[in-house]
Amino acid sequence: MNIERLSVTPEAAEVIEKLKQENGELVFNQSGGCCDGTAPMCYKKSDFYVPSRNVKLGEICGCEFFIDKDQFEYFRHSQITIDVKEEKSAFGNSFSLEIDLGYQFITKSRIFTDEEYAIIEGRL
Amino acid sequence: MAYVKPTYKSQYENFIAGEWVAPQSGEYFDNISPVDGEVLTKIPRSNEADVELAIQAANKAFQSYKHTSVVERSIMLNKVADAIEANLEALAIAETLDNGKTIRETLFADIPLVVDHFRYFASVIRAESGTVADIDETTISQEIYEPYGVVAQIIPWNFPLLMAAWKLAPALAAGNCIVMKPASATPMSILLLMEAIQDVLPKGVVNIINGAGGKIGKYLSTHPDVKKVGFTGETTTGQLIMQYATENIIPTTLELGGKSPNIFFESIMAADDEFFDKAIEGLILFAFNSGEVCTCPSRALIQESIYEPFMKRVLERMEAIKLGNPLDVANMMGAQCSLNQKEKILEYIKIGKEEGAECLIGGEVYESATYPNGFYIQPTVFKGHNKMRIFQEEIFGPVLAVTTFKDEAEALAIANDTIYGLGSGVWSRDAHQLHKISRGIEAGRVWVNCYHMYPSHASFGGYKKSGLGRETHMMMLNSYRHTKNILTSYNKSAMGFF
Repeated sequence: MNIERLSVTPEAAEVIEKLKQENGELVFNQSGGCCDGTAPMCYKKSDFYVPSRNVKLGEICGCEFFIDKDQFEYFRHSQITIDVKEEKSAFGNSFSLEIDLGYQFITKSRIFTDEEYAIIEGRL
Repeated sequence: MAYVKPTYKSQYENFIAGEWVAPQSGEYFDNISPVDGEVLTKIPRSNEADVELAIQAANKAFQSYKHTSVVERSIMLNKVADAIEANLEALAIAETLDNGKTIRETLFADIPLVVDHFRYFASVIRAESGTVADIDETTISQEIYEPYGVVAQIIPWNFPLLMAAWKLAPALAAGNCIVMKPASATPMSILLLMEAIQDVLPKGVVNIINGAGGKIGKYLSTHPDVKKVGFTGETTTGQLIMQYATENIIPTTLELGGKSPNIFFESIMAADDEFFDKAIEGLILFAFNSGEVCTCPSRALIQESIYEPFMKRVLERMEAIKLGNPLDVANMMGAQCSLNQKEKILEYIKIGKEEGAECLIGGEVYESATYPNGFYIQPTVFKGHNKMRIFQEEIFGPVLAVTTFKDEAEALAIANDTIYGLGSGVWSRDAHQLHKISRGIEAGRVWVNCYHMYPSHASFGGYKKSGLGRETHMMMLNSYRHTKNILTSYNKSAMGFF
């Protein structure tokens, strides 16, 4: 069974490609808390020092995707899909790059079945 | 009674050096009201050139503002408060339309708290002083406060005006000049606030730049003339701002959210009285501001001996929550701030159900007959356990996660099993227990037999990943100024080393 922790929708992939053209290499880090809370933050790779204890969830469009170690503990039984929404009204107060283009990345989750969870944890 | 939606200017500008200035790009974006999903006005899409103008204006203003006396600054802050108070109703309506929160909250909480915040800092700077110490017979040490200079402030969308006031008032009181970026979801009320107070402020002392944070946020946070960054928002951008702050070795104040426990001990049900009624409301305060509060009491911890009868009364009271048109003073809950926020909350409701939490009430969107395109969600309660994602992640919506505990030790263990530490609540009739639990909770604010009170003279801020530094209270002044030590000797003799 081919199970991944992280995937990306074609729509989000298209926006990521646009952002890469404009900004070069990118990095993602799952955020938490406050207004813009549980959303993936997309920054220029050269801008963000990824905390050394963060966990790498995977890669989307060739960009590494990280999550805080403590946050990972309660995300580990979720399959994450990165999607995007068009935002007519620019949104939030984060520094995530897609907002400048009128989009917002969102984190969608599905809880693994017991069988899937056993496989994915066995792989770690 | 429902207030009528006023007509606003079709387009707003940035506020730089006391003038309303169009963005260099000439581009604007729609500011959509969550109340009805309609466009309220258009807002500048700023770029680095706009930020540069604002920083220059602030820096220029600082050259004279730093010499103002505390008397002058205090008078100015009181005039700001008076101007806001004179426009209280108009600002409350604008805040409701921009954010979606109910008019009963903006009229009676948000805007009065804004007014009070300016008055508080106007007062405290008149009553404080630096310190002087006798080091020895001929040496005195003076600790003197001096403002940083230009400070950057990045505001969230949940309490646009109050969070702006929390940052503006102490920074201005301490003698700084400001470049502020409102949240791009809720810029309009802050721009209306500036219209109300622009004649009171010297030109360039407060500058407002609008737009998305990605590029202008970096430019602002790394600019060598910016001496401090205050930010309220999510954790990762908080980390990025701290990293940017290392470039010029400047301080930051960060408020980054929470997952606040609200703990109910069995003694609350010792009598069915006024206090028990208060405790029921205390639990339901998770729905205050439609749950879009960093200190939202989003985890209710209830002693198992009273769980059934207490929740029965809570759910009865929740049935009476009036949800709908935020401009109607009768309504207790309004809209979520944006379509994306509404969808994010629905995603969490789905996760809660998939994780096996039991939905006790709500769990659906609310269809508004008045505003079918507004962004409304029913207040929702899940019962589950603290390892579930709905117990660990800040949902920022009217979604409560409830669990039970056996004793004090288990209550504290669950309360502190979170990456956050912003707010918390303890409810009990046992004085010893209240003190013990308050001290045991790892959070910057513990509400004891109350919740969601935000007086100016009480510090606010987070433990753990909820942030860094404090807001409100006069201690905040020291977050906006240097301490200079002047060490003076009046001994004419050489030290004798050389």
